[in-house]
Amino acid sequence: MADLTTEFLGIKSPNPFWLASAPPTDKEYNVRRAFEAGWGGVVWKTLGSEGPPVVNVNGPRYGAIWGADRRLLGLNNIELITDRPLQTNLEEITRVKKDYPDRAVIVSIMVPCEEQAWKDILPQVEATGADGIELNFGCPHGMAERGMGSAVGQVPEYIQMVTEWCKKYYSKPVIVKLTPNITDIRHPARAANAGNADAVSLINTINSITSVDLDSMAPEPTIGGKGTHGGYCGPAVKPIALNMVAEIARDPQTHGLPISAIGGVTTWRDAAEFMAMGAGNVQVCTAAMTYGFNVVKEMISGLSNWMDEKGYTSTQDFIGMAVPNVTDWQYLDLNYVTKAKINQDDCIKCGRCFAACEDTSHQAIAMSEDRVFTVKDDECVACNLCVNVCPVEGCITMEEVAAGQIDERTGEVVSGDYANWTTHPNNPAATAAE
Amino acid sequence: MATSHQASGIQAARLDAAGIAENFSDLHPAYDAHEAAVAADRCYFCYDAPCMTACPTSIDIPQFIREIQAGHAESAARTILEQNILGGMCARVCPTETLCEEACVRETAEGKPVEIGRLQRYATDTLMEKGEHPFTRAASTGKKAAVVGAGPAGLAAAHRLAMLGHDVVIYDAKSKAGGLNEFGIAAYKSTNNFAAREVEWLLQIGGITMDYGKKLGAELSLDALTAEYDAVFLSIGLAGVNALRAPGEDKDGVRDAVEFIADVRQAEDLTMLPVGRNVVVIGGGMTAVDAAVQSKLLGAENVTIAYRRSRDDMGASRFEQDLAASKGVKLMFNVMPKAVHGNGAAAEIELEYTAVADGKVSGTGETVRLAADQVFKAIGQTLEGQPDALKLEGRKIKVSETGRTSLAGVWAGGDCASGGEDLTVTAVAEGRDAAMDIHSSLMG
Repeated sequence: MADLTTEFLGIKSPNPFWLASAPPTDKEYNVRRAFEAGWGGVVWKTLGSEGPPVVNVNGPRYGAIWGADRRLLGLNNIELITDRPLQTNLEEITRVKKDYPDRAVIVSIMVPCEEQAWKDILPQVEATGADGIELNFGCPHGMAERGMGSAVGQVPEYIQMVTEWCKKYYSKPVIVKLTPNITDIRHPARAANAGNADAVSLINTINSITSVDLDSMAPEPTIGGKGTHGGYCGPAVKPIALNMVAEIARDPQTHGLPISAIGGVTTWRDAAEFMAMGAGNVQVCTAAMTYGFNVVKEMISGLSNWMDEKGYTSTQDFIGMAVPNVTDWQYLDLNYVTKAKINQDDCIKCGRCFAACEDTSHQAIAMSEDRVFTVKDDECVACNLCVNVCPVEGCITMEEVAAGQIDERTGEVVSGDYANWTTHPNNPAATAAE
Repeated sequence: MATSHQASGIQAARLDAAGIAENFSDLHPAYDAHEAAVAADRCYFCYDAPCMTACPTSIDIPQFIREIQAGHAESAARTILEQNILGGMCARVCPTETLCEEACVRETAEGKPVEIGRLQRYATDTLMEKGEHPFTRAASTGKKAAVVGAGPAGLAAAHRLAMLGHDVVIYDAKSKAGGLNEFGIAAYKSTNNFAAREVEWLLQIGGITMDYGKKLGAELSLDALTAEYDAVFLSIGLAGVNALRAPGEDKDGVRDAVEFIADVRQAEDLTMLPVGRNVVVIGGGMTAVDAAVQSKLLGAENVTIAYRRSRDDMGASRFEQDLAASKGVKLMFNVMPKAVHGNGAAAEIELEYTAVADGKVSGTGETVRLAADQVFKAIGQTLEGQPDALKLEGRKIKVSETGRTSLAGVWAGGDCASGGEDLTVTAVAEGRDAAMDIHSSLMG
């Protein structure tokens, strides 16, 4: 079993799986049980300022979408930050951290965008002994309307300003949690970096309405006949999160800035992918909310097993390994030619590749009278749609046409040389090679 | 008090009411909504789907399964019923394992097809439970059609003709509609009086008059029908039963399996239906299995199916064979009846082992005797009582692709007509297609 001990911002945890700031980490009772189940760390559910706590709605606060067999694919929520008194949370954090010194305990904070508010709360948080703080600049509902959460996260100048305050009044690591509800994730990340943040974490939830009740004609979840947008998370958001993590990891201005990745992590593989894409660890919420704390056990065994197979002895060994392979479209090799190939032994003759290609792509699959499906190499543009719609994994593969062979579609010999759009003759902005 | 399994002779009450109720419960219980959603989700929505090609009525199976998956089973039912008005019964009795489900690509992929039959039942049950009939009649054409025989072919033809605006009278020799759906299919495939409920639902289309107790060749003549009606559709089934042609066939306790199955289906109280202690069924088709399994379910101690060819030649599907075996029926292959022994009533059957050479079955001379107080003959039904004016093909009424007989104005379909397998679903397809041909011929 590979050692999963992970150090993130100098904070050691027995594995890279932290519970994200959310309902699972709202109180001592849950957090202790999470640690007993094996979670490496928690980000405590967001604390607000001293005083009367926020209140939540008393109707449904979650909505969802499902796949086959009601497998939960996406969850949205309109829950706010902790609705328990500040002092209660601080006392519980103190006790938990004392009892679990080997686990990471991070405190999420959201207070108004005024220096005094941060100056007031940070010493109290520091006194708990927690390992660091995470600034909740992402929550898209309820708090944003009060000038907090994503209302801050959408303005890079505010991010930098608040981060600077935190670095001034707090001695331990400061993680800035980013909202995906912006046009370019690099700008808030750069602002956090400029404010001397120790790390960014992302993504927070995505503005969303999961469904409409067609009888009451109201969005769901529905509270007394009305609904509002909530924050979307779960397996469905993973590709969006993965891209945003990659964008920050490869941006020259933020490259090397530690990232704690969040967004649909459900199994070890999701975690490994985020870490390969530059994240130092991952935070999980929906998987735990769907299946309970024990999901971490599969994440631990799966990641160890994979690391053993690959010969990695530390999570450090693979963090960021995929980042150099993320590039812009214009640098992709236009001389890399592949063709789809249907393995007839594996084919079950459903014809989905044919329908997809014939109706919606390049008419590059032939269907015989007796339902044998074959790729027409002279039409195939290698779009991969047939691979994606085929219900049999590995039945259709993309085979590279080696250099020197003829691409039957273009009639041209495949050159082994790398060539991209920047130098392509059809590109009006191409720079001549000579 | 129940009589025991071991009571000799043909006895009622071998099982108590609870045992009978358990034994005759639904063979494939209905899906609930979640099960249906999960089962529907397994469908790959194949292009030019093999299941659809395999269905004699060409139901658009991927379409109806997608409608179930998207939460509107009523549309799914309509998709089914447009092609097959007896889609509810076919969902229960079709040998799906040799039709749509055998062709399902998931059968190829993993040996577990999408459960098309059960999904079809879910859709049609959902609609029928609402008491809705999804079709309405076209404006009256003023044309009249007679349908002789209220089995699947006749009902399908009548419904389609009525829907197209023609007035239809269905004649049947019995006092109840449904044909083999009502009288000839194992009870555990059509529970809760489904066949009769389906007929009642089908007749909601309107324009169909039922006239019972009228038999062709007795109360009815083809000449009178052709004179009175613009078109005649014959769906008279196969009324005759093949004989054993073995000594002792006339002994008490030897009878036709189809009669026994009809008794089971029509029994008010199955505990009171007599069955033998040692039952032997001669034959290898679905009727043989239905008779054997139901004998066992009624409490017979030993039930044997004796078939003169090998397992692979058996008309009953492997699923049906396994069903019989799972209920405790013994399957014997390559044996044929040589004699029934007993003093007045059957006590033993003597079987001779067979060899098959060049497709011909002959006895090897070696025999075996089985205790048999009841022997069912399930060696095939034959056409009987057909009008002499009609040309035959083999032993059936000769018809064209669209059901036209050799006589103008007379169509035929179902088991009595040439072409196709003797299945409910095939009969429905033939009835429907003949109706369409009648319609174009009348409206020409």
